Amino acid sequence: MRANDGDDDRARRQLSPEETRRRVDASLRRRYRSEQLFRLYGLGSVCLGVVFLLVLFGTIIGSGYSAFRQGFVRLDVHFDADLIDPDGGRDLDVLSAADYSLLVKAALRELVPEVASRAEKRELNGLVSSGAVFELRDTVMADAQILGQTRSLWLPLSGDVDLWIKARSAGKSGEDMGGKLSANQRAWLERLQADDRIELRFNRTFFTSGDSREPELAGIWGATKGSFFMLLVTLLLSFPLGVAAAIYLEEFARRSWWVDIVEVNINNLAAVPSIVFGLLGLAVFINFFGLPRSAPLVGGLVLTLMTLPVVIIASRAAIKAVPPSVREAALGIGASQMQMVFHHVLPLALPGMLTGAIIGMARALGESAPLLMIGMVAFIVDVPGGPMSPSTALPVQIYLWADSPERAFVARTSAAIMVLLAFLLVMNASAVWLRSRFERRW
Amino acid sequence: MLIMDKAQDVVAPPADTVPAAAVPADAQRLASDTVGDVTAKDAVICVRGGNVFYGDTHALINVSLDIGRNEVIALIGPSGCGKSTFLRCLNRMNDTIESARVKGDFRLDGQDMYARDTDVVMLRARVGMVFQKPNPFPKSIYENVAYGARIHGLAANRAELDDIVYGSLERAGLVDEVKDRLDDPGTGLSGGQQQRLCIARTIAVNPEVILMDEPCSALDPIATARIEDLIDELSEKYAIAIVTHSMQQAARVSNRTAYFHLGRIIEVGPTDKIFTNPAHKLTEDYVTGRFG
Repeated sequence: MRANDGDDDRARRQLSPEETRRRVDASLRRRYRSEQLFRLYGLGSVCLGVVFLLVLFGTIIGSGYSAFRQGFVRLDVHFDADLIDPDGGRDLDVLSAADYSLLVKAALRELVPEVASRAEKRELNGLVSSGAVFELRDTVMADAQILGQTRSLWLPLSGDVDLWIKARSAGKSGEDMGGKLSANQRAWLERLQADDRIELRFNRTFFTSGDSREPELAGIWGATKGSFFMLLVTLLLSFPLGVAAAIYLEEFARRSWWVDIVEVNINNLAAVPSIVFGLLGLAVFINFFGLPRSAPLVGGLVLTLMTLPVVIIASRAAIKAVPPSVREAALGIGASQMQMVFHHVLPLALPGMLTGAIIGMARALGESAPLLMIGMVAFIVDVPGGPMSPSTALPVQIYLWADSPERAFVARTSAAIMVLLAFLLVMNASAVWLRSRFERRW
Repeated sequence: MLIMDKAQDVVAPPADTVPAAAVPADAQRLASDTVGDVTAKDAVICVRGGNVFYGDTHALINVSLDIGRNEVIALIGPSGCGKSTFLRCLNRMNDTIESARVKGDFRLDGQDMYARDTDVVMLRARVGMVFQKPNPFPKSIYENVAYGARIHGLAANRAELDDIVYGSLERAGLVDEVKDRLDDPGTGLSGGQQQRLCIARTIAVNPEVILMDEPCSALDPIATARIEDLIDELSEKYAIAIVTHSMQQAARVSNRTAYFHLGRIIEVGPTDKIFTNPAHKLTEDYVTGRFG
């Protein structure tokens, strides 16, 4: 029955032009509505992202900027030759072994002569950072002629005093920030401030020295150099290795079960938790090969293992994206496989490969978990001289400072995060610049 | 050795005298299905019982065809009939397709192209190819033409390389249009100019045979006419095999025509005979436009 009258029915069911327009009109409105909604969602998510970014930067900069300045006190230090060098031989060994804290104490006593008891003396001496001593020693070591003279020097204040001064200069009462300062100390400081002997100056120490237990002496330079050496090792190993592996797998290897296994493993390695690479590094590089602990070289090797899959996957995608017509053109005039790859495919794929390397390196820079396993979490004061000297890395340093009880480390943690972000920015900017240089303009 | 001697004869052996070892028994029967004379005077390329498989697909079935020196042979046929596949066998471009398997006897100047000791790079230097879509390298015009000569070490110094580049551009009829901008990117030229640049790039290597895979399908009629004129001029020096969908083009440029159908060569003959007086029903249907 249905088959019989189907044709007639269909002809009758044809839409009239008015009805067609009405339906299109209705569907148009629906389409525009959904498009508008989609745009709204998009705009909303972008705004949300921007807000989160602003909040992140706001809190980090807000709590970290104060670490770039440090409280200093101007003391009239008398370089007493009898205290420093009683023999008068100006022997460098004697000069370096002398007790310079006596000079600081004497200078402080001059400013606050009413201090009498031992407890009060300790309070007074506690105002100045223990690092001031090293500064005096370096001054004398550099120029022994200074002995016997009196110099007006700016010496760093201790961490708690530093916080109290910053709070006061920010207009706060200073009571809540200086909870660890005694009433005596606060009175002395106010007097010194009235004498213009206290100043907030640029914190050079933070950018030039390594880690320290004293916040006012702690610097980020050691960790920055450690990260730099580590990433250098990672880049030098993972980029050539990754690109070579990608080229081999993409251009030379014939499809076989063996290549399939390698491929599956590379994809899986990209998803392995980074701490596992740390364990691997500990077992292989340190325990088996006997490389030193805490060395950026080992860190770089571990991060290479971690970065390699990312570089390989990105490089393979970049090679795949090179149009086959270019390969055919090269092969068609008799280029060998190797010439085709290196003259034509690689130059076209290089920007994409660099993008992959940037992503991998950025991830490596921010990685701390695998470094904990290979001893880069150790407390290391010295600034590393090379990839073999013990060192820590920026994210590990942030972790260490965030974990420290001293309140002055709170600002330094945020400042270290800023340094890490700046490092990342410089790295990415140079990579983008490199990529634009390699990118063909046609 | 016997085979090679024969192939180097002035007249290549007819299809049915090919040694049985190279072609299976039923292949010979099928090869003889081809109407017309597959041989050519002074053949440079000689194919007997060629078969190509893409995985399980039998794309080219027992084809036999000669390509003579200084002749232009047109390969025509409906889409998917195997003419491009056949062309790509002649310089082993099918090697790049992993699932492709080639069987049969393919000879260039009597030498087996698919023999173990045949160098594919040398083969491609002798059998050049121009592709359907113009595919200049993303390099300067000069570099495009110089590349082949450079990798094959054809020029001893810069002056010789310049000669090769200018000579090739000249023969490709492009030199007047580009001589002032040799350092501009080759991809910045128009479609027709790009295709002539690709031809210049191919002849810079000085091949013996030029394979053209629908070289004009992406070009407008004026650019097409220029390429066809060029093919005419080039045929004085090179053997040219051209795949085309345009029967008018085949009629205009070729001396001989081979009609492909479903992986087989149905008919081979002088171009005017194929178009005016085809012997096979399928050929007639195709050239008269009844299908395809």
